[in-house]
Amino acid sequence: MSSPVVSLENVDKIFGEGASDQVHALKEIDLQVEQNEFISLIGPSGCGKSTLLRIVGNLIQPTTGVVTINGKSARQARLDQDYGIVFQAATLYDWRTVAKNVQLPLELMQFSRTEKERRTQAMLELVELSDFAGHYPWQLSGGMQQRVAIARALSFEPSILLMDEPFGALDEMTRERLNLELLNIWRQTETTVLFVTHSITEAVFLSTRVIVMSARPGRISADITVDLPQPRNAETRSNVRFFELETAVREALRLSEAGHHPEVERA
Amino acid sequence: MSESRQRIWAPAVILVVLLVLWESVVTAFGIQQFLLPKPSAIVGNLVQVVALDGSSEGREEGEELSLENRFFVVLPADISPEMITTIEESRWLAFSLFGRKFFVLRGGNLTPILAASWFTLKEALGGMAMGTIAGIAVAIAAARWAAAREALLPFAIAANSMPIIAFAPIMNNWFGIDNPFSKMSIVTIMIFFPIMINTVRGLVSVDASALELMRSYAASDSEILIKLRVPNALPFLFSGLKVAGALAMIGAIVGEYFGGPRIALGVFITQEASLFRFASAWAAIFVACLIGIAIYLVVLLAERLALPWHTAFRT
Repeated sequence: MSSPVVSLENVDKIFGEGASDQVHALKEIDLQVEQNEFISLIGPSGCGKSTLLRIVGNLIQPTTGVVTINGKSARQARLDQDYGIVFQAATLYDWRTVAKNVQLPLELMQFSRTEKERRTQAMLELVELSDFAGHYPWQLSGGMQQRVAIARALSFEPSILLMDEPFGALDEMTRERLNLELLNIWRQTETTVLFVTHSITEAVFLSTRVIVMSARPGRISADITVDLPQPRNAETRSNVRFFELETAVREALRLSEAGHHPEVERA
Repeated sequence: MSESRQRIWAPAVILVVLLVLWESVVTAFGIQQFLLPKPSAIVGNLVQVVALDGSSEGREEGEELSLENRFFVVLPADISPEMITTIEESRWLAFSLFGRKFFVLRGGNLTPILAASWFTLKEALGGMAMGTIAGIAVAIAAARWAAAREALLPFAIAANSMPIIAFAPIMNNWFGIDNPFSKMSIVTIMIFFPIMINTVRGLVSVDASALELMRSYAASDSEILIKLRVPNALPFLFSGLKVAGALAMIGAIVGEYFGGPRIALGVFITQEASLFRFASAWAAIFVACLIGIAIYLVVLLAERLALPWHTAFRT
């Protein structure tokens, strides 16, 4: 068996110092992610799913525990540019055109000029924005901006794509379309995806595995394998198994909250 | 289109109305020229229009014909050849209208005022360049080292509210009253603080997730500076430059009020005023105002060219 792409062992994160200010954000997180998996992290707000994503991406340090990415430390993985990141806000640079935004990581990683242009073109085709290469971000809708952010994250072929509620600010229609596009891209690029979301439907539709988290301190309360057939498409949403899995995730979320409110269970 | 035309026409009409009002109030109440000269008398120092009337009838014998510094002068057609030569010498434009000959002439004080303006403009621009370079350099250092920023910024903000022009006599003393560097250094100090404070704000107020993005690419500090902080600071720098442009002319001219070479605009204004030639003093002030506006417009144009993506220019 090949070694996992992401391996978290006994990870704890405590924010703040002094007993009164301390927030125990994550507790005893163990998680193994294999090559080409699509993992969703779901849980109530404040359960630390974004924190977990940032720990994997080496943007914040765990208080205790070991993070191993592709067999090396998270810091080394970041320096090796193993991560592509997409945030809830597209975080495009206003002063760069769409094409130049996609090129930003390529510039930093010193790709040759022809390679930069080739990849930018390919990425914009992938997210269907070739006609907007010369536009500035403010001329694009929210959904289009988010597609540019995805193109930028994928342009240098990172081995792991970290997505923090990338479609959270978009309307339902745009979100569903981008879900399909994302799956399409994932199949073509064979990256491993870690995806934070609030939406049960989105999590089940996209993922190969859904990780359910409980709040304060955040722990993994369920790990549900999504055995829906690939490739997924619009019909997947009407599959009976889809509803069963949605119910399973919803139930797991309810139980994870109930664990902290014993009175709910008594009632 | 019509909206942008209106933006030009509305202020232009108000300007003309104000000038006509000024002219007629001064004439109607017989206000002395040392209190408030007529706008036509002011402009007459810079430009003159001469009309040659058909005849010299009705004129008193021996009435002295002169151009003085009036804006609009009517002369009989049969003026002396010497007068014609004078007119021809300072002529810009000659044309005929309604059977009369018109001449547009250079005003008597145009040459000294333009020479003085050029001298003072060089001081202002020199000081602006030095102040801007120094301001940006210190801002980058302050943004780079948080300790430097926290130590420096309170002083910068305090210094920004000081009347720096009060140092003008000191600078004249340090660098020599006739040395343009004495005025440039006043302008430099005046401009340094708004440029630096604005630039620091721009360099520091970077979106947190934009920074996380850079870190996820393992970008170095200098890459973050060049690709993120500097572009982010440019709009802030330009608002600093707009303030600086206005301050530059003020600094240079007021610096010259405390003494300077005869060719300087501030010296010209004080001299003319002390000789009771107020119209020409006003004319010099008018040109100084035009220069101030021109500097502002140049900064605005540069901003438009440099920041086509900026919020202010979205249509």
